[in-house]
Amino acid sequence: MKAPTLKKDLFVMLIFSAVILTMPFWLEPLGAGYPDLLQKFAIFGIFAVGYNILFGLTGYLSFGHAAFLGVGSYTAVWSFKLFTMNVLPAIVLSVLVAGLFAAIIGFISLRRSGIYFSILTLAFAQMSYNLAYSVLTPITNGETGLQLAKSDHRIIDRLFSEAGEGLPSTTFFGLEMSGYSGFYFCAVLLIIAFFISQRIFHSPFGIKLQAIKSNQTRMKYTGYNTRPYLLSAFVISGMYAGLAGALMATTDPLAGAERMQWTASGEVVLMTILGGVGTLIGPMLGVGIIKYFENIFSAMNEQALHQIFAFMPDWLADIVVAITSPFVGEGWHLTLGALFMIIVIFLPGGIMEGIERIKKLFSRKTEKPVQQAEDNATS
Amino acid sequence: MSDKKNSAGWSRRDVMKAAGAFSAAGAMPMFFSRGAWAGETFRNDPGKAASVKLGFNVPQTGAYADEGADELRAFKLAVKHLNGEGDGGLMNTMKPLSLKGNGILGKKVEYVTGDTQTKSDAARASAKRMIEKDGVIMFSGGSSSGVAIAVQSLAQEMGVVFMAGLTHSNDTTGKDKRRYGFRHFFNAKMSGSALGPVLKKEMGTDRNAYHLTADYTWGWTQEESIKETTEGLGWKTAKTVKTPVGAGDFSQYITPILNSGADTLILNHYGKDMINSLTQAVQFGLRDKEVNGKTFEIIVPLYSRLMAQSAGKNLKGILGTTNWNWALKDEGSKAFVKSFGSEYGFPPSQAAHTCYVQTLLYANACEMAGTFYPPEVIKQLEGFKFDGMGNGATEYRAEDHQCFKDVLVVRGNENPTSQFDLLEIVQEVPRSQVEYDAKIFGGELGPYKV
Repeated sequence: MKAPTLKKDLFVMLIFSAVILTMPFWLEPLGAGYPDLLQKFAIFGIFAVGYNILFGLTGYLSFGHAAFLGVGSYTAVWSFKLFTMNVLPAIVLSVLVAGLFAAIIGFISLRRSGIYFSILTLAFAQMSYNLAYSVLTPITNGETGLQLAKSDHRIIDRLFSEAGEGLPSTTFFGLEMSGYSGFYFCAVLLIIAFFISQRIFHSPFGIKLQAIKSNQTRMKYTGYNTRPYLLSAFVISGMYAGLAGALMATTDPLAGAERMQWTASGEVVLMTILGGVGTLIGPMLGVGIIKYFENIFSAMNEQALHQIFAFMPDWLADIVVAITSPFVGEGWHLTLGALFMIIVIFLPGGIMEGIERIKKLFSRKTEKPVQQAEDNATS
Repeated sequence: MSDKKNSAGWSRRDVMKAAGAFSAAGAMPMFFSRGAWAGETFRNDPGKAASVKLGFNVPQTGAYADEGADELRAFKLAVKHLNGEGDGGLMNTMKPLSLKGNGILGKKVEYVTGDTQTKSDAARASAKRMIEKDGVIMFSGGSSSGVAIAVQSLAQEMGVVFMAGLTHSNDTTGKDKRRYGFRHFFNAKMSGSALGPVLKKEMGTDRNAYHLTADYTWGWTQEESIKETTEGLGWKTAKTVKTPVGAGDFSQYITPILNSGADTLILNHYGKDMINSLTQAVQFGLRDKEVNGKTFEIIVPLYSRLMAQSAGKNLKGILGTTNWNWALKDEGSKAFVKSFGSEYGFPPSQAAHTCYVQTLLYANACEMAGTFYPPEVIKQLEGFKFDGMGNGATEYRAEDHQCFKDVLVVRGNENPTSQFDLLEIVQEVPRSQVEYDAKIFGGELGPYKV
């Protein structure tokens, strides 16, 4: 396979950056242009992009990545509690701790492949969840979740200033981490994360990972020991998850055990598959769709639907609302499930495959309009 | 492949720098405009808008979904009454009343809803959506103290008032209290104080109690408060066992009780958890047992009619406490049951009652303050004394934002006359008996202005 040049990569990067950084403007008409959801897009974008390095390149389906996300969150909150409200140490620490955690779990799980690997990671994640939920409550505060308190030490902050009234908020050298500035902070990290992932995809290391996916046995026969490559990929994607977890705690200084539950691990698998496994942009699209459904569709009620369909005559609007209402609000899972089924059945490569098909159709049409017409006639 | 330079002369470092600078520049205008409020301006100021939005964040899925559904019904009813529609409900009986039935401060009340999923993360995301996207001026809801505490601290950070719905943990107005959070519902400490004398009268002073406790803030504090009460009576505590929320199957926790030597089971469970654990405890024959020459007893410190409905005959004769019951005969309760019943066809639960009252109290405080500016509204609520809302004379204590009022000790009805007549009121414990010093739990409310 031919790796795209750095120049082409940079072009993709520039477009990607522009799209991400202008999200508040073009998502506004869709009702998603508010800071919390924008932050979620960027954070889960990092999570999915990192997950794709493992799943997309090596084909190893990990069902336990939420554990690293949770570890990242807990580390970040502890850094806020013990050291400083500055997010930089929190993020660095979280990435390191998550990386270490991933190295341990990866070292054990990667002794097996296929379904056994998936089950092992699932077991580890569930173990971590239960530890956080009920065993390690002094560290994690169980179901209630780890939160900041006024009485926290914050050693580094105390060196410079007295504790103010009320709880301090997270900052990046004075820049507030909530609201839009928080989003831009996450967005910049997403762009950097995306760039690194892009370089990995197109590096010799990435090609070796892809070789593992296509035929690991042959790879071994050519003299490669595949385990170190797999472990590196696992640790890198674990660190991405740690970064995402740290950012979740940064934009909202709270860490709960449910972040580590298997449903959270499953969510990132869904995101990646929905968008397109092994593609660079695909996971981002998956994140966008799932988070949009979770936050916007789930909040719609009949009142909101009536407003949307207000342009119709009343009797028609009533019928349309009656038909659509089971699919919004509590029923958002239903809509998501249906969409997922449609995509997996008709576009196994995810949304990216759909885009590719449209592109192909389009380019063939412009190049050979006559041929295309004949094709259509015969089919 | 060369990583360092391409033909255009851009190194990786240059690109990163450019991306960083670009995005920092992009963030600047937002950053400054966001930080611009000063003086009397505040988040989600309705200004000259004709309407004002409230957010109702309740569990629509999970172990507490039944309570959530009933809370939402009550919120919708409250909005109706605030806007002058329907029969006015408790606005006819509340004293003192500043509400005029034309919305809040002349603005029509609208609302948005959200699903907390009984998870702190989801609840905060949903609350943030309400605050950032929908621009709510106040939000309410609950059914899990873990969630209530998590969103209450969010309320403080965001500067938007949170009127807690159903939350019974001592921590909500104890060590985790916040200036922007208010609770009308009673708490575990008050349950314990109210139950004490009744337990002494009915079960004596020589018992051995076994606790099954929901493993989160509410369960912990309830276990602590009930233990304090029962040990004060002279009871022993055989063992306390934590169970995960939403466990479904409690048989593994119930079997050990049979051989523990305990003669009383205290279930610090709520919602579907309580229904499941109680049903299984009865199925395992605990209530037919004789231990130490005494009949085995089960106590459910926090009761609700919704739970009683699902637990059915298993609940007969079991003691507990509740914040409010539809069978109360005062003017306020009758008015509320009447308007809720004519709207939905069945009587309201205690969760519905507290949520309805909270919405009215907030609206009333805005009218009294003459503004939506949160610090002024908060000052009106602090120390506010009112009556006619179904619990008798009630006071919002200024020190910890906890409402103080009478507490009901109830018993599962032996001979119910209807499918809703499930709880028999044993005693209305007067407020003076359940009052405690605000300082015992620690915690700080924090600043008025954020």
